[in-house]
Amino acid sequence: MRIKIHLAAALLMGGAASATVAQDASATLHTRALAATCANCHGTDGRTVEGSAIPSLVGMPKSYMIMQFNAFKDGSRPATVMHQLSKGFTDQQIDSIATYFAATKR
Amino acid sequence: MKRRNFVQASLALGTLGSMVGCATTGRIPNRAKVLVIGGGYGGATAAKYVRMLSNYKIDVVMAEPNTNFVSCPISNLVLGGSRTMGDITTPYDKLSGKHGVTVVKDMVSSIDAAKKTVTLASGATIGYDKLILSPGIDLMWNSIGGLQAANAAGQILQAWKAGPETLALRRQLEAMPDGGVYAITIPLAPYRCPPGPYERASQVASYFKKAKPKSKVLILDANPDVTSKGPLFKKFWAENYQGMLEYRGGHKAMAVDARTNTVKFDVQDDVKAQVLNVLPDMSAGAIAVRSGLANANKRWCDVNYLTFESTAAKDVHIIGDSTLSAPLMPKSGHMANSHGKVVAAAVVAQLSGMEVNPNPVLTNTCYSFVNDKLVVHVASVHQYVAAEKTFKSVPGSGGVSAAPNELEGVYAWNWAQNIWADTLL
Repeated sequence: MRIKIHLAAALLMGGAASATVAQDASATLHTRALAATCANCHGTDGRTVEGSAIPSLVGMPKSYMIMQFNAFKDGSRPATVMHQLSKGFTDQQIDSIATYFAATKR
Repeated sequence: MKRRNFVQASLALGTLGSMVGCATTGRIPNRAKVLVIGGGYGGATAAKYVRMLSNYKIDVVMAEPNTNFVSCPISNLVLGGSRTMGDITTPYDKLSGKHGVTVVKDMVSSIDAAKKTVTLASGATIGYDKLILSPGIDLMWNSIGGLQAANAAGQILQAWKAGPETLALRRQLEAMPDGGVYAITIPLAPYRCPPGPYERASQVASYFKKAKPKSKVLILDANPDVTSKGPLFKKFWAENYQGMLEYRGGHKAMAVDARTNTVKFDVQDDVKAQVLNVLPDMSAGAIAVRSGLANANKRWCDVNYLTFESTAAKDVHIIGDSTLSAPLMPKSGHMANSHGKVVAAAVVAQLSGMEVNPNPVLTNTCYSFVNDKLVVHVASVHQYVAAEKTFKSVPGSGGVSAAPNELEGVYAWNWAQNIWADTLL
């Protein structure tokens, strides 16, 4: 019975549109989980605790974050740990992370 | 459109699911979509992130016997005297108040994976769709003769699970006369927090140097050599705790004699100390072992690393120190927090009919204080390798500090505050 109701709802929504929504929902979930790998040090959704010497990432412009990642990777920006952690992420992952934090409101 | 697609679309549109707006204290629900056992770095993070990543649509119940979270990381600084118990303690109220996790203050006595129910010590039963088990470690008292009784008597402490024993060990150090010996024994790896014992020895030496300069720190390690950040620790010890701190590798503790406060080894002579801090072998948390989930050598829990689902039981996901660690994966609070996020995303995906992330990533950073200000770290990034069905640390990434430094002392304390917030607030 429930399935029938769901089916009816799905028909109302339109199959094609909901499939796109579904894909987007998966992609969003994966990106949020990826960005959460930063949260251990940089706070949930990139918001650090007050007075933290570790910077917040929320709202950071995308191009700036990608530039910093690359600077950590090539050693042009000195670091304590980020020169080591940045090398563990692919360019595509860095792009996703930077896109996520840039789009997250401060 | 299949049913799962409907759920998925509904999740995205925000039209389905129960809103658990506020926590219920005192009332124990008889069902949970997601039931989390254990409110440590792994479990609390998983509980919070299932709520967040499902846009607060999947209800989460977390069973945890303690009222407050007490952090193992930084707890060595309580022994050294530069931090207090208050500094390392965080209540669970934000997890319920802010994130809508129903926190049930109780121990879990049994798991019925076939019926998908869990029975609490109080006798209540909770059914689940997904179980996330994060019970930490269990101390294998029987691995060292006489230890359990000596520990129960409050004489020979472990303080490896931060809490009352942390403070009790600090009191023992304070009460020890100058000229006394503090000895810590370390079990064979794997154990919780690889650099932890060496940080602890450093903290005690730092305290002795200021307060009891004629005293001695003895590290009696079952491993042949320092298991983490070895060159950094040893250089610092040689330059700062010369004549005070002594490291002895290959010393496997077999038994303790409480009457004489002596520890016995398989080969070497007995060692007597004024303060004995004995760490027995460790295994997955007792509830995991008891439930037949510790299927790797009857000691650790083997999991499918993509989802952290147990290889022994369907819909039971096991994270944190209890898992059979992937290559170069430490049993650490930071790593457990990382596990918590991967499992949360996987469980949310599965319950919503979405695709499980095929490329999860884990990070780890472990800071160790070699005195009250200077710190060294070890860091790593672990990517899931589908062909090998495990996480592997990325070649060329990660590493350790060049030398102990004060800047990382600041970052280490900030790391602690941020990860506590990420886990609990």
